[in-house]
Amino acid sequence: MSDLKKIKDEFLSKLSGKLDISEISQIKSDLFGKSGLISTQFKKIGTIAESERKKFASDLNIIKDELQDLINSKTNELKSAEINEKLEKEKIDITLPERSFVRGKIHPVSQTIDEISSIFSEIGFSVEEGPDVENEYNNFTALNTPENHPARDMHDTFYLDEKKQRLLRTHTSPVQIRTMLKDKPPFKIIAPGRTYRSDSDQTHSPMFHQVEGLHIDKNINMGHLKGCLDYFIKEFFEVDKIKMRFRPSHFPFTEPSAEVDIGYEMKDGKIIIGEGNQWLEILGCGMVHPNVLKNVKVDPSKFQGYAFGIGIDRLAMLKYGINDLRAFFDCDYRWLNHFGFDPLDVPTNYRGLSR
Amino acid sequence: MIITFDWLKDHLKTNLKEKNLLEQLTNIGLEVESVESLSPHNELFKIAEIIKTEKHPNADRLKVCDVNIGENEIKKVVCGAENAKEGLLTIYAPPGAIIPKNKTKIVVAKIRGVTSYGMLCSESELNLSNESDGIIELTEEFRKNVGKSYFSKSKSNLIDLSITPNRPDCLGVRGIARDLAASGFGKLVDLVEKKIHSKNTHTLKVKINKERGQGCTAFGSCLITNVKNSESPKWLKEKLISIGQKPISAIVDITNYVMLDINRPLHAYDADKIEKGIIVRNSKSGEEFTALDNKNYKLESGMCVISDNKGVLGLGGIIGGTRSGTEFNTKNILLESAYFEPGSIRNTAKKLNLDTDAKFRFERGIDPLSIEDGLNKAAKLIKEICGGEISKIDIQKIETYKTKKIKFDPIIFEKISGFKISLKEMIKILEDLGFEVKKNKKRLELTVPSWRPDISQEIDIVEELVRISGYEKIKYIKPSKQRTKSTLNKYQKLFHFLQRSVASKGYLEAITWSFTDKRYNDYFRDIKKEIKIINPISSELGVLRNSIFSNLILYINKNLDRGFKDLSIFEIGPIFNGSNPGEQNTVVCGLSAGKKSRLSWIEKDRNVDVFDVKRDVVQTLVEAGYNPEKFFIDNETPNYYHPGKSGRLFLNNKKNQIAAYFGEIHPNILKQIDIKTESLVGFEIFMENLELPKKTLKDLKVKFSFSDYQKSERDFAFIVNKEVKAQDLIDIISNVDESLIKDIKVFDVYEGDNIPENQKSIAISVTIQSSEKTLNEDDLEKINNLIIKTVENKTGAKIRS
Repeated sequence: MSDLKKIKDEFLSKLSGKLDISEISQIKSDLFGKSGLISTQFKKIGTIAESERKKFASDLNIIKDELQDLINSKTNELKSAEINEKLEKEKIDITLPERSFVRGKIHPVSQTIDEISSIFSEIGFSVEEGPDVENEYNNFTALNTPENHPARDMHDTFYLDEKKQRLLRTHTSPVQIRTMLKDKPPFKIIAPGRTYRSDSDQTHSPMFHQVEGLHIDKNINMGHLKGCLDYFIKEFFEVDKIKMRFRPSHFPFTEPSAEVDIGYEMKDGKIIIGEGNQWLEILGCGMVHPNVLKNVKVDPSKFQGYAFGIGIDRLAMLKYGINDLRAFFDCDYRWLNHFGFDPLDVPTNYRGLSR
Repeated sequence: MIITFDWLKDHLKTNLKEKNLLEQLTNIGLEVESVESLSPHNELFKIAEIIKTEKHPNADRLKVCDVNIGENEIKKVVCGAENAKEGLLTIYAPPGAIIPKNKTKIVVAKIRGVTSYGMLCSESELNLSNESDGIIELTEEFRKNVGKSYFSKSKSNLIDLSITPNRPDCLGVRGIARDLAASGFGKLVDLVEKKIHSKNTHTLKVKINKERGQGCTAFGSCLITNVKNSESPKWLKEKLISIGQKPISAIVDITNYVMLDINRPLHAYDADKIEKGIIVRNSKSGEEFTALDNKNYKLESGMCVISDNKGVLGLGGIIGGTRSGTEFNTKNILLESAYFEPGSIRNTAKKLNLDTDAKFRFERGIDPLSIEDGLNKAAKLIKEICGGEISKIDIQKIETYKTKKIKFDPIIFEKISGFKISLKEMIKILEDLGFEVKKNKKRLELTVPSWRPDISQEIDIVEELVRISGYEKIKYIKPSKQRTKSTLNKYQKLFHFLQRSVASKGYLEAITWSFTDKRYNDYFRDIKKEIKIINPISSELGVLRNSIFSNLILYINKNLDRGFKDLSIFEIGPIFNGSNPGEQNTVVCGLSAGKKSRLSWIEKDRNVDVFDVKRDVVQTLVEAGYNPEKFFIDNETPNYYHPGKSGRLFLNNKKNQIAAYFGEIHPNILKQIDIKTESLVGFEIFMENLELPKKTLKDLKVKFSFSDYQKSERDFAFIVNKEVKAQDLIDIISNVDESLIKDIKVFDVYEGDNIPENQKSIAISVTIQSSEKTLNEDDLEKINNLIIKTVENKTGAKIRS
């Protein structure tokens, strides 16, 4: 038996036993240390006869690699066993709570406004705004509701001066006036915002939200109005089928005027919008009255179109099953948390209104 | 406006059912608000005869009656009425019947030990009159009807219509019938009121004063003498009861009936109480009278009054006075049928805060040509029921009604409605509605019926035509998806961005009212002007808010009371600086209370503090695209912030507009509001003061450049005077060499041991990196020394060794 074979066998057997890290390192130095067995064999290469030298060197390298690999793997094995043993001791109770995080919410009215804007954006409307404090002219007179018009009784108005010249707008319609006075037709806008009436009971709040719609162009007729609202209602409630009824009504600033009802039914105490047999009034609309157009210097013989006003809070209540209007403004932490929306839930055209 | 189908049938011939009626009413714009039966099962009330009465064994005042309720059926009924006696014809309510007056249900009951099967009724219990003494005594003619229902078998329900203010004509049953007939629902019954042909002269002189602002333009009247006022006959009582009204006396009932039937308000005076004659005039300031509601009214000048020599009798078209009111013993009546101007009615009623049925009708506009019809109809009924003689009709006028004419171009109909109807159909609809129609080439020349004050131009005609043809004929035109303008402008985008940015930092969004409690508003008003609401809903909501804090602090307090301890809420909305349109600003206002990491097993808890809100403000602004390196912050804040622990932020050092305030809420306010929390901090971001980003996102991405050369961090600790601000050091250091100094961090601030009084130590770490080479020790040493020297020179600081 050659020396090489002897070394190999001896150490393979040594390494097969149970060793600790110091024993392995001893073996390592016995073999590969300065005067280790393998190192010594390498020094011998030069002394070996020319004819056998090549084979000897090759054999030696193979044995060296084999032993070295074995030592490395043994060492790794031991090291990882050692780490595992250490980690085992570091085990924690992973059911303990995570570090606290905070989560804000968007108010359902704000979310609903964004939903409405997103839907109308798709069909070419842009968003306009107007001030909460209005003058009597923009809120009433320009909208074909002169003083002493009984329709003014329907709006219980908050006034800021004794002469009743300054008031809190009772609807978003003055934004129509402001927009049309500012620009030239065509107009295609919506105007969401706060509105105020001095009315407070279970179903009325002195402040609420409306969105105004206005589309004025050369040939806009009642069919466009119906089509636009039908589109909006279906998109908003995220249903394909919904019963909708236009019925004649009266507003001083539109003529002909209509109120729109949608179908619903009650299921387990919850309102289901769609094809039920009950009717629910959700908005008022009509063709903008020629007197209004004249008041804003738009020629009614050339331009015509429609306007509508929708109660935002009411839409939110219907869509999200909120029963009490006044809770919207009561700031109850529990309510805001329950009905609020994650700020990342941004309604957009491409991702839709919902997740 | 309440109607019944039965009453409608006085004016409308139709075979259709009530269900169709309800649909049709809504379809033509007469919205059905509710439908209810006035008195369910009122056919249960039977005509009955008392055949025997006995004293109740256990009660002196009660009687036990045997009552014949027809078909040989006898019921025992306990009754307390004194007039209950054998042979009396009266009305019996069986168990199950509901008494109209108090809505109680009759049950079989033991009364003092005797079982009573039903009840005998008084007139008041059946809402027939106010008579509550004793049970009803029916006349002999009812004897043949014993066992039959007292009330006519009427299945007619009460139909409550919401009549829009433009349609006074539909405040009378006939007007509604006319609309229905035009829409194809039945045929309008012709009613020609026969004129009174009387030779009796009208002896009461009536005069309308011609004066400025006279609210009465026509006053028609007739005298009816020698009447005997009485109860109304059954048909009339039932008519009024059928729509939920209470009969009073024949004369009052008749005037009410005519008003409800043809929307012609009338007023009946006791002619004997009128001194000499009637003068219709403007009131004088301070005049007084007692109205039929038994209230005394003090008048301002210029109100339209009906008066006599002694003074005011009543407010024309609004309410009569007690002095000339009719009573059961009234003998001679002056019946008034007049036209009052809507504006005058409205002004007077508003000033006196009066609302009556007549006022409601006159302010919407009564048919000026119905004066005579109303007098004819009512006078004849009075004569029929109360007897007497009718005089000639007298009509005083200061203005003559002019019929309105409209030229209508039929093309406009399709232009507005988007659908077509034939010219023939148009003409039929308009004629059915009472228009006179003449064709003139391509146009229609229309005479507007006098009962339609709402119609004055072509668009009004379009409305009539669309309404009567049916809104279901309007087509659905799919909306075009073309967009010519971006949906939101930059300002609106910023609004939405800030809103969601703040919410993402753990704040719940609140929406509170734009008005608030004066007391709370004052805490946060600072130097702003208070804006009062003249007619607030309550004194606690009496002013427009000058700051959002007033509401937020109120609500955060309520939530603390609910047991929540750590709260963050915010609102984005208007605050008001003045009472003119536009004097408002949009503010993002947040409020945070309590602690961070309360009851955490892993983190130490601490109070929320000014640096929490500072982070929220700065992070929000940075996210919105503003460059934090340019921010300028100082500590000048309004008086509702803690003077030492609050700050003001500008977007740049030009300091022209305040972007935000943040800080602790002033402890005095907390004390006064009695708010119990460990800490309360807040912020306000002023949207109008933020410059709108001019660039698009695309433009914001400048050329990407970076340095791969090694960077070095050097720490410095400076001892400075207390008033030197960290920001000053940062600004100075960053200016030393902007190309090399990449980052500056304050990592420690220390006062106390080893530091001289009135001084502090600020430790700063500076990151230095070149974009051209790796800096060697010499380079670094140079910049180090420059930093130290500059800071020392500019602030008087000393480097701490």
